[in-house]
Order: sequence, then C-alpha cells, then structure tokens
Amino acid sequence: MTWKNTADAVIVGGGIQGCSIAYHLAKFGMKNVVVLEKNTVCSGSTGRCGAGIRAQWGTEMNCRFGLASLEKFEQLHEELGMDCGLHQGGYLMVAYKESEFEQLKKNIALQNKLGIKSRVVTYDEAREICPGLSADDAVGFTYHNRDGHADPFLTTFAYQEAAKRLGVIFHKFTECMDVKVENGEVKGVSTNRGDIYAPVVVNAAGGYSQEVAKMAGVDIPNFSERHEIIITEPVEKGVCPPMLMSFSGNYYIQQRPHGSIIGGCSPEGHPEDYTCGNSWQFLEKMSKTITKLLPRTKGIRVVRQWSGLYNMTPDRQPILCEADNVKGFYLSVGYSGHGFMFGPISGELLAQKILGQEPRISIEPLHYKRFERGELIIEPAVV
Amino acid sequence: MSNKQDDIIICRCEEVTLGEIREWIAKGYDTFDELKRVLRVGMGPCQGRGCRDIILREIAKMTGKPYAEIPPGRFRPPAKPVKLGAIAKAGEAE
Repeated sequence: MTWKNTADAVIVGGGIQGCSIAYHLAKFGMKNVVVLEKNTVCSGSTGRCGAGIRAQWGTEMNCRFGLASLEKFEQLHEELGMDCGLHQGGYLMVAYKESEFEQLKKNIALQNKLGIKSRVVTYDEAREICPGLSADDAVGFTYHNRDGHADPFLTTFAYQEAAKRLGVIFHKFTECMDVKVENGEVKGVSTNRGDIYAPVVVNAAGGYSQEVAKMAGVDIPNFSERHEIIITEPVEKGVCPPMLMSFSGNYYIQQRPHGSIIGGCSPEGHPEDYTCGNSWQFLEKMSKTITKLLPRTKGIRVVRQWSGLYNMTPDRQPILCEADNVKGFYLSVGYSGHGFMFGPISGELLAQKILGQEPRISIEPLHYKRFERGELIIEPAVV
Repeated sequence: MSNKQDDIIICRCEEVTLGEIREWIAKGYDTFDELKRVLRVGMGPCQGRGCRDIILREIAKMTGKPYAEIPPGRFRPPAKPVKLGAIAKAGEAE
C-alpha cells in the first residue's frame, strides 16, 4: 500500500470500532480516511470476543445502544454486501439469587419502556428455549428473542471491505508511536513506518486505548483485563440455541450457527493485564460450568482456548467523545467487554460527531469528564 | 486447469477450497491468521495440521516472499481436542 503522509482522519486501531468509524466517515462523505493497525485487522479484542449481541441491559444508554445496534446488525448483510453470521437465538439470562432476579426484572421494565420486547420466562419456558437446560438451582429467567450472535471476524472484515470500496486505506503492521499535538489541536501521528498529518485522530485502540490517549496528553481511567474463552468442535444445532448468561453464575455460553459452542466467564479478582495467555484453571472451571448447565455436552470436545482484553472503565460504559483539551482527538474506547456488539452504532454516532452533525443518539453522557464530575452511569448487567 | 485446482478442498475440517484461499490472499489477507479469521481455515478439530503448510506455500507463491519468511500463524491449546466431560471430571478426586 502506498504511503501518503496526509489524511483527513487517522484512526488508530483496526477492530470493530476503527473499521465501523472508518466506514461511516467515508459513507458520510469524508475523503481521505486511514486506519492504522499494529497487527492485522480484527487481531485484537474484537477477534477474541464472545460474539454475543444483546439489548438486555440495565442502563438507558446501553439499552438504546444495544437496540440500535441490533437494528443495524439485522440489515448489515444488505448494507455491507457480506454475510456477518447473524443468528438471533435470543439471550436467556439466568438468576441464581433473589436480589439478582429483582435487578433483572427492573432491567426488563426499563427495556420494555425503551421498546425492547424482553420478558420474564418460567423454568419450563426456559427449557423450551434451551432444550436440555439443567438449572434447578436458578430462581428466575429473562429472555429477549432478538439478541444473539454475529461473527466478529466477518462483521469487521465486512466493514473493512465496504470501507475500502469507499476509498479508506488500511495499513496493517503499522503501530501508532506518538500523537502530535500543538496548541491544543491534534496535528497527526507518528508510526513505525512514518508520519501522517491529519486534523482528526481517533483512538479506537481497544486494550491499548489508555496508552494511545497518553500519547495525546489525554488522561483516561481505563485499564485492560484478560478474559478467557473456550470453543468446542461443531455439533448439530439445538444444543444451546440462546446465549445462556448469568452474572452471579459468572458465565456466558452459546452455540454458534456453525455448530461450535463458545463459553467464557470473568476472571477472579479482575487483574489488570496486557498478556493474553491461557490457563488450565479456566479450562477446568468452564468445562464444569458447561457440563452442569447442559449435561448432554459431556461428549463434545474442546478444540481451542484463547483470551482477549476487556478495556474497562470505572462504570463499565464506553468513552465516546472528543477530548476536551485536544481539539480533533476523538475516543471510542472502554467498552468493557461490549465493543463488538455496539460497534455498528458507535461507529455511526462518532462519525456524525466528527463531521459536525448531531449524533442520532446523544453521546454527551459518554464523555470521560463524567468520572471527574462523579456522574457515573454504572451498568449492573455485565459478565 | 486453474479452475479445477480452485475446487480442491484444502481445509478439510471447514471445507475451504483453494479457490477461496486464493481469492482472499488476492484481497490482501496474506497471512495465515487473517485467512483463518475470514475463512476458518485451521479452526477445526485438526487445528490446521492438514492445511497450514499448503496455505503458507500458497501465500509464498502469491506474494513472492520466501516460504521461510511467512509466519506460521498462532497455535492454540489444547494440542488435541478433549471432551468437556473429561476435563470437568479431571479436577475431582477419584
């Protein structure tokens, strides 16, 4: 790829955020958009994620984002010209404590008010939705049939390919080393392959967002933590049609449309970490969880385990804004494990903001200044 | 002749053909890990034991880089597929 040292916008990070922002900027008419990716597109947190998409959230902001993103996923194949592996088997939330069930019911009331048709279901209904489910110790369930799964690789590549057709340039193996700022305005970036001058720089660096923010002199409270996942060989459909998710049970498990079963949980103690290793402890714990919930999976083989980084914020909601002290430096970071599912909508909203338009869902509450002001919007519904 | 070659299945676990692999290398997906992510080559039960070398040679041919310089891609545990039930039981006392 030929190197041009000027651009209208440089995006740091080739995950779902970077690719969606690039696509939407080009779609809305911006000409010279460049995406920098230090490895290859979709090699970081997006490509390592659990692939779930949902509107069952506990805050108004996340419900609005979740629903708007689902609507975009539902027509993404048509818009981008590539199948994104969408499968809407629903999310079945499982509560093991009364207090947790009360919270889920509060979430449902909020979701219903915002047009999300989620509902409380009985154990019998839960077992119709997920045949073979064994959850005698659960106290309640909620379900939303439009939630489900999309393929993180295909979705991100679909955005990349559509963006390329609109003229966006992608540089892989290109690492942002510094963000140039003069008199409170962003001027461009330095990379391992040379400089690029641009009036707009977007931090979409996922697990490394706090490092890229620091280069621009912007202080954000984000940190990254390692989450592990396993996946099985593909088996016949119907073993786990919905995403089974529990906050107290600490798991999410779903069968992909391809047939393999994917499962993950939160690490104990939530350690800050940049390394993406694998542990035997996780493999054992997750295998116990899956076989207890779905006893008929005992004979299904695990083929792979890996890990990825959640880029966390103090209230587990993203930062989506322009920096207050550096004009032209934008952030789309800190999705706390939900960057993939929000990517289609957050990319559109930030592109609108960059182009001086009014985002169709207000992103004002997602400025990082909320942490200083103490205006946190704490999300209760996170694994 | 090349059309016939394109129909050859290279990744037997995920049934990916040489034609598909060539198509995506031509689009710039010229590392094993990128092809794995877009086509699922090497993601099946054999973990790429069958297809990896053939794909690396194809990348070398199409990019003009020496075979030895093509990164082999990431290997992930477990080395061989293991039943969920066997792992779940492994932590318990006999």
